[in-house]
Formats: sequence, C-alpha cells, structure tokens
Amino acid sequence: MTRRPEFERHVTMPKALGDVAKKLSIGERIVNHAWVRRVLILLVIACAWEFYARWLQNPLSFPTFFDTITALWDGMVSGIIPLRLSITLQTLIVGYALGLFVAAILTSLAVTTRIGTDILSTLTAMFNPLPAIALLPLALLWFGLGRPSLVFVIIHSVLWAVALNMHSGFLSVSETLRMAGRTFGLTGLRFVTGILIPAAFPAILAGLKIGWAFAWRTLIAAELVFGVSSGQGGLGWYIFENRNTLDTASVFAGLLTVMGVGLLVEGVIFRFIEAKTIRRWGMQRG
Amino acid sequence: MPLDMTADMAKPTPALVSVNGVTLQYKTPDHLVTATYQVSFQIDAGDRLVLLGPSGCGKSTLLKSIAGFHAPVEGDIRLKERVITHPGPDRMMVFQEFDQLLPWKTVLHNVAYPMLVNGVAQDDALARARDAISKVNLIKFCDVYPHMLSGGMKQRVAIARAMAMRPDVLLMDEPYAALDALTRRKMQDELLSLWNDTQFTLVFVTHSIEEALVVGSRIVVLSPHPGQVRAEVHCHHLDHTMRETEAFQSLAKRISSMLFDDADIAGGHS
Repeated sequence: MTRRPEFERHVTMPKALGDVAKKLSIGERIVNHAWVRRVLILLVIACAWEFYARWLQNPLSFPTFFDTITALWDGMVSGIIPLRLSITLQTLIVGYALGLFVAAILTSLAVTTRIGTDILSTLTAMFNPLPAIALLPLALLWFGLGRPSLVFVIIHSVLWAVALNMHSGFLSVSETLRMAGRTFGLTGLRFVTGILIPAAFPAILAGLKIGWAFAWRTLIAAELVFGVSSGQGGLGWYIFENRNTLDTASVFAGLLTVMGVGLLVEGVIFRFIEAKTIRRWGMQRG
Repeated sequence: MPLDMTADMAKPTPALVSVNGVTLQYKTPDHLVTATYQVSFQIDAGDRLVLLGPSGCGKSTLLKSIAGFHAPVEGDIRLKERVITHPGPDRMMVFQEFDQLLPWKTVLHNVAYPMLVNGVAQDDALARARDAISKVNLIKFCDVYPHMLSGGMKQRVAIARAMAMRPDVLLMDEPYAALDALTRRKMQDELLSLWNDTQFTLVFVTHSIEEALVVGSRIVVLSPHPGQVRAEVHCHHLDHTMRETEAFQSLAKRISSMLFDDADIAGGHS
C-alpha cells in the first residue's frame, strides 16, 4: 500500500513560462562556427611566425611569413607554381584512376569467387605494410626516369588501401538489404550497382580518401627524390630546385601549396561528396 | 445450386501457392539442421495465412523458401503451378529488420524502385508509389530519407513498397516483432484495413498467438525441431475488438496447448 495520493492536473501553456527557445548571442553564434575558430588559430600562427623570423634575422634558413607569401604570390603570377602543380596533378590523376580501376577489378573478383578473396587478402597483407616510396628505386630501374615510374608508385600506394576498404564494405552490407534487392529481381551487375555499391559507399569513400592521402604524399616525396625529366618537373621538383638555389622563401611557398592542395581536396571536395551522399542518407553522422 | 457446389468440391480450384511435402535443411559450420519436415499447405488468393510456431519451428526458413531464397531438399513449392526456384518481384517480402529500406533513396523512391527495376514507366511507378504511401498514411514523408523515420514508419514504407509492386503474394516475416506494443497494435489494424481495401494474398510469420488470431484468416500451427504442420485453424471471424471474447480466448488457449504440449514432448525426448 502506498501513501502517495493519486492526482491528475492540467499543464501550464508554454507561453506563460516565457520563451521556450531563445536565440544565442551574436558572439556565441560566431564562435560556434568551426571555420571561425580555425581562421583565428591560423592568424595566431602567422603572427608568431612573422615575429620569430624577424627576431632570427636569417632568411636563408627561416624566411618571414611576409616573404613566403610574396614568394608564393610571385610564383603564382609568373605561372611557375601553377605549371608545376598541373604536372603533379596530371601524374596523380592518371595514377589514382589506374589504381582505382585495378582495385575495382580485384574487389569484384574477391566478392564473386573464393580464390579471388584469397588472392586479395594475401596481396593486401603483403603489400599494404610496404611504403610505396620504397618501390621507387625498383620503378626507376624498370621504367626509367619519368612519369611511368611515378604512376607505378602511385598505383601501388592507392590500390591496396582502396581494395581493402571496398572489400570490407561489400562484406558488411546487411543480409536483409541483400535479400530485399534480390526480391526486386536484381541479379549480377545490376545487383552490384543497385544495392552493393551504394550500401557499401561509406567504406568505399573512406577507401578513396585514404587512397588519395597516400597518393598525394607519395607523389610529392617521389618527385623530391628524382625530380625532373625533360623539363617536366612537378611540385616536389619545385621545392627541391629552390632549396638548391637557397631560395628558402620559395621552398616554403612550395610547401604551402602542397598543404593547400591537400586541404582543398580533403576538406572541400571529399567533404562535399560526403555531405551530398552518406551524411544525407544518415549513414554517417555529421 | 447444390449441384454446382458438389462440382466445386469434387474439383477444387488450384491453390495460388501450394507447399507440397517440403523438407528444408540448412548448414551451420558444425551441423546439417533440418528446419522443416514434409510440410504441406495451400494458400488461396485473398488468404491471410499465418505461419505460427515457437522459435526453431522453421517458419522463417519456410517463408524464405516461398520467397525463393532457399531450395527444398524434398518436395516443392509452386506459385500458380510453376515451381519456385529463385526470388522475384511476384513475391515481395517485408522483413523484421528496419534496415530493409535503401538508405540512399527517399521514401518515394524506395517505394518506386522495385517497379522501376522491373520496367514500369517512371511516371506510372511514381504515381503508384504515391498512392501506396498515402495508403499507409505517410504521404507527408515522401521526400524524407529512411534514417529520419521511426521504426514503425519504416515498416509501413516497406509494406507500401511491397504493395505498390502488386505481387501475387505478400510475404511478411515477423514485421512487427521489433515494435513496441502500442505501435504494433496500430500496425495490425492498419494492415487489416489495407487488406479490406484490396484483398491481397498475405503470408504472415509470427510467434505471437494473439497476433496470429488478429491478423490471420487461417493459421498453420507448426511444431518445433523440425517444423511439422500440427494443425490448421480458421480465425477469419476474429479481430482486435473481440480480444476479450470467449471465442478468441478459447481458440488462443487451444493453440497454446498445442504449442506447449509439443514443447513438453520435445523436452522429454532431449
């Protein structure tokens, strides 16, 4: 037996209690944007850099922020950085596309046959731990100085990460979704493109991002190692060349360009794809 | 008139779906499990047939076999006298799991997709999809992605998707088992009113006696390990409003004694 009395009551109308939802102040709303906070951090870093370099007074080893920006501007206006960048990007796109193509073939083999699964898992286990750049001496021996060597190394850096992610993505597609697809009458390639690829898209996209990151870093490193053939040097070569002439501000400008492109692809292009696909579909929170 | 009736009885119209002496087996890593043993029953057009039984009676496996995912090792399953060999859009299925909708398509396109895949013209498919969605009272949610819906709403979309395809038979595998009791009851009523509209043919799997009595017009009671037909019971006269009546309760008791007696026998043997 409980001593608490029963009761039933009417709740007060929300209006009587004042505003249920209240707007935050302008300051709070501005600071809530991640990019505002990041720009602030960048400003602080730029100031610290400028003051340290001015205090150091040694432009050969550490140019000022202002000199670096000037060198970057000059490089952009004279067209030398855009030229170097376009050579790098061309090589990258060829290597990335070929890497994805081979990864797609290996993965389709792996999801359709058991021997394909064994081949894929053995090869990824072997080659995934091997840094692609370690194959560069061998690539130079086989393909000579020039773009084919670079493309070979990029394919190697993209292929295993992407294939591994695609494969695990396909395996994780739920049995219910597969059965639903089959009751619609989907079979073969139509089943793969209609159900498997979109359902595995979060994993595939993660693979594409990792593949891109590997390829970009590997390519810059490879260009630094052997630089140029027949005047076709990329961004890595630009950095190497300017270090040789002790134009350190331009070396910094080259590094900033490498960062900038990396940020642009990872922070803008891939983010855009994510927002339009897996976040919109609720397959990733954000 | 009496003459006609005897003629009908002598030569019954062939069933829409006939399950003939079906034995189903599946492999686990260690065992070959017999899910059902020589199960036979017929489904006529407009039936609401419930496969009822405790877990381990192979009712879900049997339903998947009608869907075409699982070939019998003995006997056959025929739809309109043709042996079922693989899944197809003439036997749309509603699953228990909420992840049966395609997360990358809106509600409208989820419902329209099976029709588009099977060659229905775009305009026609979208119109039929809208019609089906409005029948399950979700027309406001046409352009919403599945992750924004509640579990009950997802199941209603799945039902709309299956109905829009106008399959010969609609298969439902414990579609309401993962819902809360209030939503489940609402969904059962909704399914019945949908059936009153179009009189589709339904095969419904459940382990709840009450759900079987409310949803079904006919119940096939299966015994466990392996599944065999224990009884076939009529219940087209029962619905939610009769839950408290003598007829409802006594039938529920009769079925539950069938299930529990069998469980005791099985327990005694093992």
